[in-house]
Amino acid sequence: MAEVERPLSPHLGIWRWGLSMALSIAHRASGIANALTMLIIVWGLVAVAGGPDYFRLFRGYMTSALGRLVLFGLTFTLMLHLCTGVRHLIMDTGRALEPQVNRRLGRLVVIAAVVLTFGFWVAAYHMAGLI
Amino acid sequence: MTDSRSPIARARGLGAAREGTRHWLHQRLTGLANLVLVFWFASSVAALAGADYTTVVWWIRDPVVSVLLLLLLASGFYHLSLGLRVVIEDYVSGEGLKLLLIYAVAALSLLLALLGGLAVLKIALGG
Repeated sequence: MAEVERPLSPHLGIWRWGLSMALSIAHRASGIANALTMLIIVWGLVAVAGGPDYFRLFRGYMTSALGRLVLFGLTFTLMLHLCTGVRHLIMDTGRALEPQVNRRLGRLVVIAAVVLTFGFWVAAYHMAGLI
Repeated sequence: MTDSRSPIARARGLGAAREGTRHWLHQRLTGLANLVLVFWFASSVAALAGADYTTVVWWIRDPVVSVLLLLLLASGFYHLSLGLRVVIEDYVSGEGLKLLLIYAVAALSLLLALLGGLAVLKIALGG
């Protein structure tokens, strides 16, 4: 059979990036990252169950410079996924689908995720007596 | 449009994949549960920052905390396996590999949820 060059529908490369596109893929990517957070939570629980020495080892990893950097990133992906998840639940009810309302909700969701992430870390540093 | 489905198929409403809206619905129900559980967990962890071993153990031993941790593990890992399944279905094209990955994610999720749950029970019930 002869190869016929059929026209293709516009795909990823042809669109200018917009907020809703970025949030759509960010919801997926952050969901995948949160799987790692669940793994760390299980590791932490196993460490506590394993006794004081295992717990100190786990806490040592988590409070190291690299550990804090990773946990900061994972806090953001967790909060972002929560907020974009709420956005999807709102959109599931048929609301906020008009372009302007949708963009406003999208911006709100990103701001909320940033505020929640910094809120968590300021609270944690405050409780640890570091600030 | 004419409906070619049999009356019983229409009544069951499970569609061609025979699953109906179960996956979609469970993804959202566990998502709602996680919304509450993750806010509770994150604020608890922030409050525990810098705490020593004994404080963490006594925190987990509180029956309310133990139960909420078990719920977080169950709802979290179920939500995670449902979500990763969709990602695998969308991006992995080989049928064999696709099935293998979906099975592996489900099996690992169950394993880790049980591991975490057993750790919580050991701390909560340990002498």
